[in-house]
Amino acid sequence: MSELPDVHGALALVPKDDAPQTAKDFKTDQEVRWCPGCGDYAVLAAVQGFLPELGLRRENIVFVSGIGCSSRFPYYMNTYGFHSIHGRAPAIATGLAAARPDLSVWVISGDGDSLSIGGNHLIHALRRNINLKILMFNNRIYGLTKGQYSPTSEIGKITKSTPMGSLDAPFNPISLAIGAEGSFVARTLDSDRKHLQSVLRAAAQHKGTALVEIYQNCNIFNDGAFEPLKDPAVRDDITLRLEHGQPIVFGASGEKALIRSASGAFEVVRTADVDSASIVVHDTANPDPSQAFALSRLDSPSFEHTPIGIFRNVDRPSYDEQLRDQVGEAIEKQGPGDLASLLASGDSWRID
Amino acid sequence: MTKQVQQLDRVIIRFAGDSGDGMQLTGDRFTQETASFGNDLSTLPNYPAEIRAPAGTLPGVSSFQLHFADHDILTPGDAPNVLVAMNPAALKANLPDLPRGADLIINTDEFTKRNLAKVGYETNPLDDDALDAYQVHALKLTSLTVGALAGFEISKKDAERAKNMFALGLLSWLYHRPTEQTVAFLEQKFGKKPDIMKANIAAFQAGWSYGETTEDFSVSYEIKPAKLSPGLYRNITGNIALAYGLVAAGTQSGLPIFLGSYPITPASDILHELSKHKRFGIKTFQAEDEIAAVGAALGASFGGSLGVTTTSGPGVALKSETIGLAVATELPLVVIDVQRAGPSTGLPTKTEQADLLMVMYGRNGESPVPIVAPQSPSDCFFAALEAARIAVKYRTPVIVLSDGYLANGSEPWRLPDIEDLPVIAPDFATAPADGTEFQPFKRDPETLARPWAIPGTPGLEHRIGGLEKADGSGNISYDSGNHDLMVRLRQAKVTGIANDIPPLHVDDPTGSARVLVLGWGGTYGSIAAAVRRVRKSGGEIAQAHLRHLNPFPANTAEVLRSYDKVIVPEINLGQLALLLRGKYLVDVISYNRVRGLPFKAEELADVIGDVIASV
Ligand code: SF4
Repeated sequence: MSELPDVHGALALVPKDDAPQTAKDFKTDQEVRWCPGCGDYAVLAAVQGFLPELGLRRENIVFVSGIGCSSRFPYYMNTYGFHSIHGRAPAIATGLAAARPDLSVWVISGDGDSLSIGGNHLIHALRRNINLKILMFNNRIYGLTKGQYSPTSEIGKITKSTPMGSLDAPFNPISLAIGAEGSFVARTLDSDRKHLQSVLRAAAQHKGTALVEIYQNCNIFNDGAFEPLKDPAVRDDITLRLEHGQPIVFGASGEKALIRSASGAFEVVRTADVDSASIVVHDTANPDPSQAFALSRLDSPSFEHTPIGIFRNVDRPSYDEQLRDQVGEAIEKQGPGDLASLLASGDSWRID
Repeated sequence: MTKQVQQLDRVIIRFAGDSGDGMQLTGDRFTQETASFGNDLSTLPNYPAEIRAPAGTLPGVSSFQLHFADHDILTPGDAPNVLVAMNPAALKANLPDLPRGADLIINTDEFTKRNLAKVGYETNPLDDDALDAYQVHALKLTSLTVGALAGFEISKKDAERAKNMFALGLLSWLYHRPTEQTVAFLEQKFGKKPDIMKANIAAFQAGWSYGETTEDFSVSYEIKPAKLSPGLYRNITGNIALAYGLVAAGTQSGLPIFLGSYPITPASDILHELSKHKRFGIKTFQAEDEIAAVGAALGASFGGSLGVTTTSGPGVALKSETIGLAVATELPLVVIDVQRAGPSTGLPTKTEQADLLMVMYGRNGESPVPIVAPQSPSDCFFAALEAARIAVKYRTPVIVLSDGYLANGSEPWRLPDIEDLPVIAPDFATAPADGTEFQPFKRDPETLARPWAIPGTPGLEHRIGGLEKADGSGNISYDSGNHDLMVRLRQAKVTGIANDIPPLHVDDPTGSARVLVLGWGGTYGSIAAAVRRVRKSGGEIAQAHLRHLNPFPANTAEVLRSYDKVIVPEINLGQLALLLRGKYLVDVISYNRVRGLPFKAEELADVIGDVIASV
């Protein structure tokens, strides 16, 4: 991954650990209870493996989750953790992050948790740009309730609740997050630990809300949902690995490229057929989200060309930092509050 | 002409007009003048839910009633002695409340054919005998105001709009109110529009002078200051007192206050007020919805702030799942419910006490939550502080049941000494000294509260959540015996708070009353006023008022059983009565009216009198 733009301040106030850490430090004694083979295991291992790099004090890291298979995650992390209620993790984490700038706060959620029942909190966390790192495990199915279709399931999905096929069009989480003014929006895969960790690294450093969609395999209810992206035979042909500052070329030997057609839309062409200057260069820091949005629209049910990586990573003030500034400014301008004078403020009178 | 001055011991005035006539402001100003003059007082604003209902219609009428006296009073009064009616709608809507002989000050400019027709007056009540039973003062208030402002560089519309200040000036003269504060207020309010400011002050002064010179008012009135106990006073509404109580909860505990809130009538003023006091380290967060508001508050509590959320009944309904999570995770949380008339959207600006059973039982599972209810506007301060004390000490959500009447009503408040306020100790957990593993659900043997271990504390890393936890370790547990134990422990913790709150106090001066009247929350003033009436006419009645609804004070059973009859007046269909019957097997007599308004003292006195007569 190429060098990231300088996005600073996310962890500036979180105390560092003096002692070196290992993945083992982040494991708890609780038995992990996901189904054998579930993609969640790989994500857990990747998170536990990457956190020592940040070198933060364990007690200053908090994992907050909603409800769903992935939401059991906090129980397995030897940090502070809060397994909350369905869809509400971003709201709870918002209060925590706003109150405590010295914490690194992570939200663990699934496609149902954050796009269905908790959709409102997700979009508002994104627009507010509060210092949260949201990991959305997208398996395109409801696992914990045993296999109903989810808001990211493809149209026509046959499940227990949709025996004749689901009718509603799915959300594209990346498009949604960009539309909701997300300042950091990325996608990665449960099975690609290196890529997953590189995205987590960038998310952790991002000031404000980071949304990381993780394509996660539910081998019980939706096995193989992302198989083409994992299959060594085809994956390189169809995966666009987004890298900041790099021209967007893909295919096993870089034989495909992305250009803008005359209409302004993206077009996949043979690299050899075009002038290299006309190939789209990926810019995560572009304040205008339209290119990132257009990239997210390359997705298709057949995974013909699927971008993964960081779509957008822009610097804008975070809500929590501005909230603290207002409190600081009030204290600086008016002096710290005094209860007795507050009570006596306005029209008061004395009776002797 | 020298005018006669008459002494009165008390007066009830109601200002009524169209929503756009500024009646709430007029009432507020008259209240401030009266408060600083030193009368005791109580107020009742009453306004439509619409910001501007169609002008001149009955639903658009907005009123403000003020009761003030030379002695201590308890309610805004049953019936006004004076009605200021700015238009036909105001007259028609309020006339039924007016006793014979009352003074009526009417703005005749608005009594046009069209305005009369709008409210169904076929003939002008000023021209027939409809108002014969009253002392009518028919004034061309609008034209008098416009006339007085002839020399000002303002539009005719702005001049007309100042008519409420003309009326305020006239009433201020009539009752010998001090005027400096209102002038100062207008200077500040219209500071950026000097022409409007000068015009409003001039209208106010013109109203005063009009009273002095017109022959229509031959008498003015004096109501001596009340003999209140010595101290520093201010006038305060319930919502402001509640906000101040939350500020005090912060200073008395040393905890940062985090308010998560979503705008809702009649609770929004608490959000507005707290947002002004960031210098106390208070963070206010206007959330995307009611659920996020309480969620953020709970998240802040997890982080070691005192999380607070303010709302009304519909909001509590939405928050109930998160309140259940706070019960399960045993974290401090203060939930303020400023009750309004329901169900559903109901009557957003009208008062009611019908959320009691919802906050008591409206969650899934066995989910006990302490409930505290203030009894007067100023008492909202202490109720908020008490809720915070219980929340922090017992690591539990606590619900404060205020109501629309307390929220917007006001009274003079003798400011408490800060030294007398309770000190709240957060007692955050620290790593066990003996090096043993931290047990997040190991309880304090006395309070049964669990440790409050906040992120950032080394060695206490732990996970909490809504799943059932094993006693002590807090690990997820599906064990049936453990669940039974945890359900009972959570209940026992809340039940035990009964030992930590004052016993139910009974006011029974003769000690020989056989009937008790027992209320809760915002009805205190009406009930106490009714009790005074009954006693004045020789009846014997005991009075008690519940501040803690869950748990009830430890002596509640004993109090209930000490009387032959217990009357429970409530602005609902008998919710406290149901709880008392269920818990204490006492067949209390329920008295219920659900009109969106406080009880009248007179009606309660009649009810009490009837019951006394029957024993
Ligand atoms: S149901 Fe699916 S998502 Fe849930 S634990 Fe099993 S494999 Fe994983």
